[in-house]
Amino acid sequence: MLLSTDFLFQPFHYEFFTRAIVVSILIGGTCGLLGVYIVLRGMSYIGHGMSHAVFGGAVISNIVGINFYIGAAIWGILSGLLITEINKRYKIKADAAIGVVTTAGFAIGVFLMNTGQTPLKNFEALLFGNILAVTDLDFIFILIVSIITIIFIFFFQKRLLFTIFDSETAKVYGVNIYRIELLFSIILAIVVIAAMNSIGVTLLAVAIIAPAISARLITNNFFKIIILSSIIGIIDAFLGMYSSFYIDSPSGATIVLFGASSFIIAIVYSHLKKLQHIHFHGEKKHSHLHTHSEEHRHEH
Amino acid sequence: MENMESPENIIRLKNVLFGYHYHSPVIDGVTLNIPKGGFIGLLGPSGSGKSTLLKLIVGLHKPWEGEILFAKHNNDKDRKFSIIGYSPQVEGIDWDFPVTVRELISMGVWNRSGLFPWINKTSRIEIGNLADELGIGGYVDRQIKELSGGEQKRVFLARALIHNPEILILDEPTAGLDNANKDNFLKILTDLNSRGITIILTTHDIDGVAKKLPWIVCLNKTIISQGIPNSTLSENILYRTYDLK
Repeated sequence: MLLSTDFLFQPFHYEFFTRAIVVSILIGGTCGLLGVYIVLRGMSYIGHGMSHAVFGGAVISNIVGINFYIGAAIWGILSGLLITEINKRYKIKADAAIGVVTTAGFAIGVFLMNTGQTPLKNFEALLFGNILAVTDLDFIFILIVSIITIIFIFFFQKRLLFTIFDSETAKVYGVNIYRIELLFSIILAIVVIAAMNSIGVTLLAVAIIAPAISARLITNNFFKIIILSSIIGIIDAFLGMYSSFYIDSPSGATIVLFGASSFIIAIVYSHLKKLQHIHFHGEKKHSHLHTHSEEHRHEH
Repeated sequence: MENMESPENIIRLKNVLFGYHYHSPVIDGVTLNIPKGGFIGLLGPSGSGKSTLLKLIVGLHKPWEGEILFAKHNNDKDRKFSIIGYSPQVEGIDWDFPVTVRELISMGVWNRSGLFPWINKTSRIEIGNLADELGIGGYVDRQIKELSGGEQKRVFLARALIHNPEILILDEPTAGLDNANKDNFLKILTDLNSRGITIILTTHDIDGVAKKLPWIVCLNKTIISQGIPNSTLSENILYRTYDLK
């Protein structure tokens, strides 16, 4: 047997790799879950931006000598607040505010890293990820962040959906949209921080966005999108991590490439689905192959 | 309408002044009484302040000057939203957003349809009954993009109605509809009004909508005139409302 059980389970003989698999699954699922709301808010760039912004916080926390997570979290939350405020007060579109705030945060990190006396430990891991170097503390942090994210989405789902779909009316109906946006920014910041050590700031955006846009292409049902995006995130992370063991590739990059592949598969599926003509006869949904005659009449 | 302090007025606006930029008011000294059970159309051209006035009433903006009072105890923020059903202009709505008719209507009862992400049984029944009443009962599981323009408008009306409000505030609810659909929609609103719901809507459509309403308020930053359509929609008033020379 070419692919023996021993061969397939070989990575799990190593404790560090088993932990890395669990961590990547947690991050993949959490990023996939949160990504749905980011994509539907039209803020796909926020994942990319936030991951760059917290890099600045990571460098500063290293220079000042405080815990990485505390420094990066404060920096990330401040960046989120600043983006929300600029967007709200000055009517500047979210993508522009994200671009300026987060790139400036990243630039501060690069600036301080090159001029500071203390070299930043593991800065390459922050940029490109090193899931195999995840410590017990990182694992506990990621586990807590995943649980917090699930609880947040579970209990705030209705308010989140209302705010994203029609924020003005949500406000009229008593939804505190500023609190929702603030909480969302905080959750996003801590998810990014939890994921940056393993996937890397330069690669994280795809882990957040790819599962969500793939799920969006496959189904129109909101709940199915959420479930599917989380599952795609988990599968991408697992396959990326698992295959990186055999092909000896950087785990973060491999996970991201699986994310991009899932998007390509979703595009193909979506294209095939479009060939099906879905319509209604009264209240009954009906679908069949969509063909055109020479006169471009729809053939049923 | 004349008696400002009448207890029958459900909303009273007193000298309301508001704008988006300093020294450039969009609403300039508007005093208006909305009687309980009234059905009022705000008529005016684009930029006349119709939508802004509605947003002031629902609390999305705060007046620079003047006040907006709700009858009896309804000035408390939470109570206010419980008595108001609001539907904004749907032009800014992303119709590709993955939401079903039921999910959209349930937004109107987000705070009482259960703590969990799904809609509880009571709300599902209420949504089903209301959708049936508005003629969209067969579409509750459809995506909003799969509906016609008239059906979409009724879905937004359902969201505004689902928590049994005393006042319906609708921003251009008939915009983009053909005449038959406009008439159908107005018929639904007339029926709701006959059951005691106070209705305030905006429109720029004189013949298709304004002429068919019981009371018209012609607005262009300030109130030009108000009354029943026959007397209000005179050439002189319309010229002033629409800034025509």
